[in-house]
Amino acid sequence: MQSLKQQWFGNVRGDILSGIVVALALIPEAIAFSIIAGVDPMVGLYASFCIAVIIAFVGGRPGMISAATGAMALLMVPLVKDHGLDYLLAATILTGIIQLLFGVFKVAKVMKFIPNAVMIGFVNSLAILIFLAQVPHFIGISTMTYVFVSVTLLLVYTLPRFIKVLPAPLIAIVGLTAVALFSGVELKTIGDLGNITQTLPSFLIPNVPFTFETLLIIFPYSIALAIVGLLESLLTAQIVDDMTATESEKNKEARGQGIANFITGFFGGMAGCAMIGQSVINVKSGGRGRLSTLTAGLFLIFLIIVLGDLVVKIPMPVLVGIMIMVSIGTFDWNSFKYLIKAPRTDAFVMFATVVIVVYTHDLSKGVIAGVILSAIFFVVKISTLKIIKQDYRYIVNGQLFFASTDAFIDYFKKADMQEKNIQIDFSNSRIWDDSGVGALLKVKEMLSQNGIKVEVSGLDTSSQKIITQLDEMSSSH
Amino acid sequence: MYKHILLAADGSENSIRAAKETVKIALCSPDSLVEIIYVANFEKAKTEVLHASSNEALNLERRKKVQNVEQLLRDASISYKVTILHGTPGPEIVKYANEQAVDLVIIGSRGLNGLQEMVLGSVSHKVMKRVNCPALIVK
Repeated sequence: MQSLKQQWFGNVRGDILSGIVVALALIPEAIAFSIIAGVDPMVGLYASFCIAVIIAFVGGRPGMISAATGAMALLMVPLVKDHGLDYLLAATILTGIIQLLFGVFKVAKVMKFIPNAVMIGFVNSLAILIFLAQVPHFIGISTMTYVFVSVTLLLVYTLPRFIKVLPAPLIAIVGLTAVALFSGVELKTIGDLGNITQTLPSFLIPNVPFTFETLLIIFPYSIALAIVGLLESLLTAQIVDDMTATESEKNKEARGQGIANFITGFFGGMAGCAMIGQSVINVKSGGRGRLSTLTAGLFLIFLIIVLGDLVVKIPMPVLVGIMIMVSIGTFDWNSFKYLIKAPRTDAFVMFATVVIVVYTHDLSKGVIAGVILSAIFFVVKISTLKIIKQDYRYIVNGQLFFASTDAFIDYFKKADMQEKNIQIDFSNSRIWDDSGVGALLKVKEMLSQNGIKVEVSGLDTSSQKIITQLDEMSSSH
Repeated sequence: MYKHILLAADGSENSIRAAKETVKIALCSPDSLVEIIYVANFEKAKTEVLHASSNEALNLERRKKVQNVEQLLRDASISYKVTILHGTPGPEIVKYANEQAVDLVIIGSRGLNGLQEMVLGSVSHKVMKRVNCPALIVK
């Protein structure tokens, strides 16, 4: 782990440059995610500014970019629609508290129990939902809308081959906004969907009644936001860890996400988390330290204050084109290979996660269902017990515990034994709990009633210990 | 002769051929050290992390990519070490070679992703142009 000084000032030039690149890439996303959530663009922009700046100080993964995100925005839609912005801000504050508690109680460790299949399903369904959220903004509006979306996509995918200094989405935005303004084509703009205020965010307490009813309304949203936010943040942290070949403090990051959301709610911002795409952009552009995240947040709000008038003129189709690119970048294109090659149960869990998310429009439900499904598959798999007979030896393959005892007992009940002395070989097995011991005891007694003597072999030391106790039991009667 | 030889490898046919040439050159001087470089591509980081069950598993997978090359060097009893770098393959190899001031860089003419290299300009070409020491591109 690097020292704090290194984390801040170990890469000043690279961090400042990459921070600027990220700020430019963040603006369209922050606006688009606000539109998805159904709030003014300022809510996402303030969130991105606050979260990036705060996480630069309190995060556990230097160089990672956190801001307003699609995953979080998608969860907020019903809350904003039914109850309005103030409830969203209250939910954001509560999300922060929950995440802080998760961090304090070291829930980051639980991430290890979330299988790959679920995480792959998570990013895929996120990509699909981001794409679906764009559809109403470009299908069946006008021919020019289609033209602008297509040209935007063409630009963002071809320009990087020729121009490496400036991010392609920025060039597309500036160029196409100019074209739209000077040619006078009729296109919806960001200004049609909300306002940009050119001021810094200020402290406010969400205007909600401080009652139990309010808590009942926001709590389900906050818990979903907290889970999804941490999931994406910790996944992103792993990716940044890998890219930079360094380690990070996962629980500190969880606490940091909590602190960032908690404060952001008081400054009129919506809940956010780490962003995979932006963090990758940051590292690729040379960002490694905390300074890059801080620069991204500061430069973003600077741009909004200076250029807010122009930002509202950006045509929606251009923003839609950029968000389609974001969704294509979010999708895990190796998933098709995965669906064919991975174990059937894993492929099913991944697919089920996607289907549940797309159907419910709720990432947290998909993740929870995916985790439960894979837990069940895991127990089924691990409880499969196979016994192979070799002369008088019965070799047990698999784990003997509460879920597999029935199979074990059944086998010996049905076995047609000629020998008077048999051996049960546990070299490929292990006895895990009292149910396993009980099952072995039962089999021993059952066979001895038929006049068959049982010898147990191949036990490891911990199983051996349990069996010694068992022998004392069976000899005592 | 060449003391510190950098061999860029990605497990492809070409990198095995490059390894065979490396063996011939390394055998010329008894105190030579071959450093096998594998670059974990930034573009693939997201997918690789998503599909790996842990950091350790991912590390093992990357080591496996250069296993065949390692085998060749081991069979010829040449002293070598494996270094995994992270970044964009071409520039990363160049940066490392220049920083370490190696004596020779050996690289296959084309890696695993032939199509992409045709479009983007090949890694080997970039290495050849920018590296400060002699470079050997193996067909």
